[in-house]
Order: sequence, then structure tokens, then C-alpha cells
Amino acid sequence: MNGIMEVLTTKIPLGEGVAWLVDTLTTRFSAQFRFVSDMLEGGIQALTWCLSALHPLVFIALCTALAWFIRKSKGVALACALGFLLLLNLGLWESMVQTLALIIAATLLSLTLGIPMGILNAHSRTAYFVTRPLLDLMQTIPAFVYLIPALMFFGLGEVPGVFATVVFAMPPVIRLTCLGIQQVPTERLEAGRAFGANWWQMLLKIEIPSAMPSILMGVNQTIMMALSMVVIAALIGAEGLGASVMRALAVVDVGMGFESGLGIVVLAMLLDRIVRPEKTPDGSS
Amino acid sequence: MNQGTDATAEKLCCRDVWKIFGKLPGGALGQLRNAPQRQHEIQTLPGCTVAVREADFSVREGELFVIMGLSGSGKSTLMRCLNGLIRPTWGEVFVDGRSLQAISAKQLRRLRQEKMAMVFQHFALLPHRTILDNVALGLELQGVSKKRRRAKALEALELVGLQGWERNHPVELSGGMQQRVGLARALAVDPQILLMDEPFSALDPLIRRQMQDEFLKLAAKVKKTIVFITHDLDEAIRLADRIAMMKDGRIVQMGTPEQIVLEPENDYVEEFVASVSRAKVITARHVMADPRPWTSRREEDPLAVLDRMKKEDLQCVFITDTDRRLLGVLTREEAARKIRGGSAPAGCNGVPAIGPDAPLSEVVEQAASSIHPTPVLDGRGRILGVVTRKRLLQEWKQDLEG
Repeated sequence: MNGIMEVLTTKIPLGEGVAWLVDTLTTRFSAQFRFVSDMLEGGIQALTWCLSALHPLVFIALCTALAWFIRKSKGVALACALGFLLLLNLGLWESMVQTLALIIAATLLSLTLGIPMGILNAHSRTAYFVTRPLLDLMQTIPAFVYLIPALMFFGLGEVPGVFATVVFAMPPVIRLTCLGIQQVPTERLEAGRAFGANWWQMLLKIEIPSAMPSILMGVNQTIMMALSMVVIAALIGAEGLGASVMRALAVVDVGMGFESGLGIVVLAMLLDRIVRPEKTPDGSS
Repeated sequence: MNQGTDATAEKLCCRDVWKIFGKLPGGALGQLRNAPQRQHEIQTLPGCTVAVREADFSVREGELFVIMGLSGSGKSTLMRCLNGLIRPTWGEVFVDGRSLQAISAKQLRRLRQEKMAMVFQHFALLPHRTILDNVALGLELQGVSKKRRRAKALEALELVGLQGWERNHPVELSGGMQQRVGLARALAVDPQILLMDEPFSALDPLIRRQMQDEFLKLAAKVKKTIVFITHDLDEAIRLADRIAMMKDGRIVQMGTPEQIVLEPENDYVEEFVASVSRAKVITARHVMADPRPWTSRREEDPLAVLDRMKKEDLQCVFITDTDRRLLGVLTREEAARKIRGGSAPAGCNGVPAIGPDAPLSEVVEQAASSIHPTPVLDGRGRILGVVTRKRLLQEWKQDLEG
């Protein structure tokens, strides 16, 4: 009995393995990581520069117009204008722009990786089988666990923040894309095939449009998840609303902490209302 | 309807088609295929579903072929074998003499694009597209230019009576209209073969009836070879040139609606058609009696005619010329009067008559409005038979008992 327990409690070197892997990656592939890091860094900076180049009022006007264009709702457009004015009033404009750039970068990255992954998962049982536990891991493992390796790979700043955000925010879009495509009615797929569609035509003309409500829901979720990561990203040097919260916490300034926190909430609500799947014509949202 | 077209080409043809769903250890199916007692062994295959057994039939060009069976009888699977959406386990499907099993995937797609179109039970329209773009789907997949596919789609929409709706979305249309869009989508590619998978089953009974009528008119106009699936025997009888009855994956009887209803070949079909009113398939031809006792040549001696009428207890006779063409009707009183007046019985014109393919309802209507028996005439006005009230009532009695 004792012998069995001894064998069972002899620790598998899991942690050591991961540490070794991270070590090896950082030393052997530092040039590659540096390259990716620089690329991302450049992208985010360019984005931030573009967003902050606009006068706040022009920016607000554009966003309001966009909200109106997408939602066709006076309420949403008005809320958009008021929300951004509030952020401007609270002096959070610059932080908001930085956060927005981070979110846009993380979301774009999540979508370009996540949508094809979702499509692959919907079509391949093997891929689905392999990806599912990975997605569970990405969504549930505490962010701090991969923040440290991210720091080691990419150094301080926005890039590890984007990396951490992508890890956390990509699963919903993969899951929802996969779900949407799996739920396309069989008859609709048969219709495509019966009229002679090839693989690409099936994907582009039947599957993706049919799964669009679900995919948009995934995009929405990704944005929301990305926003919830901004505070954590601030821990490793990402600027923005998260950093404001951190600074307020450091000096126990309750009022400023609340204002910055409220800024995140307002931004989250605005993005959610603007980028939200519409009710589809067939009623299946 | 198309009985005279036996000589035309076979458009679609199934040769010993089987579809077995489920897995068997490698090679087991191959061995079974050649086993002499495979019929029996396949009955008891563990973990397998035999959806189609030994389907062997051909559909002639221009024919409306109905596959009829209850749910689970394998009719949908069989239809999907016809355009290769499902690959048969054994057997071959030929379209215009070309085996679907022998061509490449690319050729198969081409064949589906150009030769055959399908209509679905739940319409299978794309909700994100306008009606026009839905109808143009097949053309779009073929790579037809935007302008041409718009023109053709509009044409197809007009054919089904939906002009003016092209900018709407499917959700804005009623079920009947949506299925018309489905039909227009199939017709837009101008296919030679239409496969219709229970197209009217999801509609209200009233709408269904109306759609059937319109569909019959449309089918006569567009002249396609049509394979039509239904679980509704009434629908099958109304539409079909020929019906294949399926049960448990097997075609249990194949024939014209009349044959199916009047001469069921086995207990299953008999039981199935028992509930169907024979009146639906019976035509004047089935109930008419031999016309000879009822007719008399114009040249015949009126006295002899009157004698015969009295002897056989006939209230009237039909006067014909030497070619048996109907000239008129002569009642007993008229005959007596004419003899007294000394003139030959000429008969009067305008006798109500019907054709041999007139449905029973029409025969009854005619018989009810006339005191005479109803003559049945062929296309050239020659008398083929006579429908008496007695015969009609006998038929009705049989139907009630049936």
C-alpha cells in the first residue's frame, strides 16, 4: 500500500517542464519574439497616434455617426455622445484612447486567429477535440500565470498586455463561430450542395452568412473580455484606463479610482451597444 | 397523363441502389453484396440502418414521378442518392445514361449546377439574402454574371407569381410564398430535372391544395422531369404520372395512380389505399357500360328501335351515324310520336356528354343534371360507353364498403 502511494505521489515534473519550455523559448527564440513584439508595438502605437490625432469632439462626432449608422437608433447614438463627453469631462480622454487602441489591436488579433479556428473546429472533429481543453485552459487559468511568461517573452509594455488579452478574449469567438456553423440547418447546407456549391462557396455563401449572428455575438464577447483585461494588463505596464485605476489604488485615492473604473464601464457599455448582433431576419439571434 | 410517352428516353435511372447507414467491420458489406442470401442477412445487420433496399426504377423524360411513403421509409434518402448528396452503398444512379458513381466530384457539382435542382420541405432559403438573391443562388454558384442572373431570377419569380417581392427577405413572406421562392430558385437555373422533397408538407392544407394546383399548371408549362416526394397519398394521386410506394426502404409497388388504388399488389398498399376514396382516381372510363344496347343507327327502323326499348326497358337510346358518332338522343315518347307522325327518328342535338378521362365528380354532376344516362365520347365524338345512374350508385356503394 505504502509502495503504491509512494509511486503515486512521486511528483510528475509538470511545473519543471513548463519552466524549461518557457526558458528555452525565451533564450532560443528571443529574436523571433522581439520581432513579433516590435511589430505589435508599432501597430498599437500607430493606432494610438491615429486615434489621438483626432480632436476629441471630431472623434465623438464620428463615433456617434458610426453608432447611428450601425444601430439606426437615436438612443444609442445619444448615449454614445454623452458617454464620450463624460469621459472627456472626467479628464480620462487620453487613457481612454490608449485603452481603445489596445482593445482594437487585441480584438483584431483575436478575430483573425479565432474565426478561422472556429471554422476549423466546426469542420474537423479532431481539431474540435484538441482545441476544446485548450480553450477551457485559456478561459480559466488565472491571468497572472501567463502574465509572467508573457513578460519574459515580450518585455514590459503594451505587447504582453495584448498577448494576455488575446489569450483571454479569443475563446468566445472560437466557440461561437464553431457553434454558429454547426447550427446551420442541414437543409440549408443541402441546398448549397444540391445547387453545386464547392467547399469555398459553401463556406462563404452558406455557412458564414448563416452563422453571422453567432459570430457577431463572439465579436461582442471578445471585446467585452478584452475590456475586462485592461486593469490586469496595466500591471505589466500597459497604459490606459487600467493604469489610471492602478495609480489611484496605489495612493488610495477612492474618488479617482471610482472615476477611472466608471470610465471602463462607460467604454464597455458603449462598445457593447454599438457592436452587438442585430436581431436577424429569421428571428434566430 | 403521359401514357403515350413510353418511347421517350430514360432521364433518371436507379439500378439496384442500396443505402446502409452505420458501420460494419471492414469488408463485411462487400462480402454481403455478393452473398446469395443477402436479403435475409441484411435484415439482421447489427448496428446498421438500411435506408434504401434494392431501389430499381427509371424516370422518363418529362414524367412526374412521385415517391410516396411514410416517414422513415427511406424516400428522402433515395432522393438524395439521385443527385449524389448521399452516396449509395451499392448500386448505381444514372442521369442521362451517365453514372453518378463514375464521375469526379467536380463533374458531379457541375451536373448539379446545370441539370438538377432541388426544392426542400422547409424551403431552405437563406435568411440573410433578399428574395431575388435567394432565387439567383444557383446561377451565382455557376458563376453567371450579375446582370444575367438578375434577369433570370426575375423571370423565375414571375413564373411563380412573386414579381414585386424581390427586395424582401424570406422572413417577410408566408410559408406558401417562401416555397414559391424555393421553386423559383430551382427553376431559375433551368434544370432538366426537379427534385422535390415534400415541398408542400410544411404548408397549411388549404395553401397546400392551392400550391398543388398551381404546381400542376407550372409543371405542364415548364416541361421538366420531376421526382416528387410526399407522405400524402392524396397529393401523390393528384400529381403523379407514376407513383412508387416505399415501405422500410423498399419500393413495394410502382405504377400509375389508378393502378395503385385499384390494383394494389400487396397488403401494405391495399391497407394504405383503403382510406383513399376510389372516386379520386376513377374516371368515366371505369364506370361506363357497353354502349351497344343504348345506341341505334340513324338508318334503323323506328319501329324496331321502339320495340327494343320496350323490351329492354330503356327510356332512351342514342342515335349515331355509321361511324358511331353521336348525333342525338331519342326518348321512348319521342320515338312513339315520330312513328305516329311517320318521320324517322332523327334525334335532337346538344346531348350533354363527357370524355373518358373525366373524373367521377364530373360524371356525377353531369348525371345529376340530366334525366338520360350520360354518353362518354372520345375526341372525335364517337360513343365509347354509357354511364347509367345504376352504375354510378353501384360504384358509390363499392366505395363506401371499400
